[in-house]
Amino acid sequence: MNMSDVYDTIIIGGGPAGLTAGLYAARARMNAILIERMGFGGQLLTYEKVDNYPGFPEGVSAFGLGELISAQALRFGLQTRSSEVVGLGVDGPVRTVQLTDGVLSCKTIVVASGASPNKLGAKGETEYTGRGVSYCAVCDAPFFRDQDVAVVGGGDTAIEEAIYLTKFVKRVYVVHRRDRLRATQVIQEKAAQNPKISFVLNTVVPEIQGGPQGVGSLVLQDVQSGKTSQLEVDGVFVFVGIHPNTQYVPGEIEMDAQGFIRTDQEMATSVGGIFAAGDVRAKELRQIVTAVGDGATAAFNAGRYIEARFH
Amino acid sequence: MAGKNIIEITDGTFEQDVLQAEMPVLVDFWAPWCGPCRAIAPVIDELAGEYGVKLKVAKCNVDDNPKTPSRYGIRAIPTLIIFKDGNVSEQITGAVAKSQIAAAIDKAIG
Repeated sequence: MNMSDVYDTIIIGGGPAGLTAGLYAARARMNAILIERMGFGGQLLTYEKVDNYPGFPEGVSAFGLGELISAQALRFGLQTRSSEVVGLGVDGPVRTVQLTDGVLSCKTIVVASGASPNKLGAKGETEYTGRGVSYCAVCDAPFFRDQDVAVVGGGDTAIEEAIYLTKFVKRVYVVHRRDRLRATQVIQEKAAQNPKISFVLNTVVPEIQGGPQGVGSLVLQDVQSGKTSQLEVDGVFVFVGIHPNTQYVPGEIEMDAQGFIRTDQEMATSVGGIFAAGDVRAKELRQIVTAVGDGATAAFNAGRYIEARFH
Repeated sequence: MAGKNIIEITDGTFEQDVLQAEMPVLVDFWAPWCGPCRAIAPVIDELAGEYGVKLKVAKCNVDDNPKTPSRYGIRAIPTLIIFKDGNVSEQITGAVAKSQIAAAIDKAIG
């Protein structure tokens, strides 16, 4: 094989981690290409505002931040391709990335394909998706003006989105399976002060019910007593965690039980020359600010790997 | 927002442009505030180019045209609906991979 057809690194995913890996690779004059199946921005595309990314004292539009990060990477000549990765070949010195529309060869790979929201697993959830069941408050809140909705979940995303929804809806019931929320304290305080938000704790949602008009009510179950009750709502927004987008990642690359990729602190996976960055990694704090750090580290170490093996 | 192979439809033109169309029509219901809608826009453009004359592709801004999405019970965007002979043939909610949209189109145009 002619080594000029072999990319130094192929970055999979165009969220904050992948774009930052691309920025660092492009500035290092590596022959790098980033593969993204949709638009750039990753999970930023589904949020309204970011208040915890340093450098923006008044916060920054999530979508706008995605555009800024991608513009910065592209300014230094990062190549990109709109396609979907379906498999990786990680044996031998030259690796392959299989796309729906071709195969690319490379010396190193940065896996930054992120994560997707979990489904709740309630009866009726699939049936009513798009008809009252939503996973994106910014996208769908305007369809529920002056109506009652529920948010299921107790983490940062659930509580922030509940606060966002109050700009549109009449009332938000936050349904959480534990006796306390998991969200960051400052977010919890903001929600507690909001008169439109009510909390329904120690409660799970086994079923979503409705009719031709879409969602009409939730079946609630108290986790302690097991008793069930009915909550009338016009919509339900589900924020119960994420799962990694690693369906295409082969088993040689070590993952945890949920499929998040294990790395060391240099973002190296169990297979030499394969790195991972951002939410796809097994780690504790999944934030934009940690994703961009991962991306920079992964690209830097991909460069060092090439120096050591190919020069 | 629409690429060159894509038409913009409104509540006023929906009947004629979509329901009375002679070929299957993919309608992308979107709004400017919706990030995932913008994310799949390039994919819709590509599909419009690839399917050419076999498929009509249209965009409906739900912010300016509330009647049509309401008629089809749409309460989430992006929603993609493929209409065939005036009826809903396939429906996809949320931003999904191009291959999944292509599979739905292939099924509809049979």
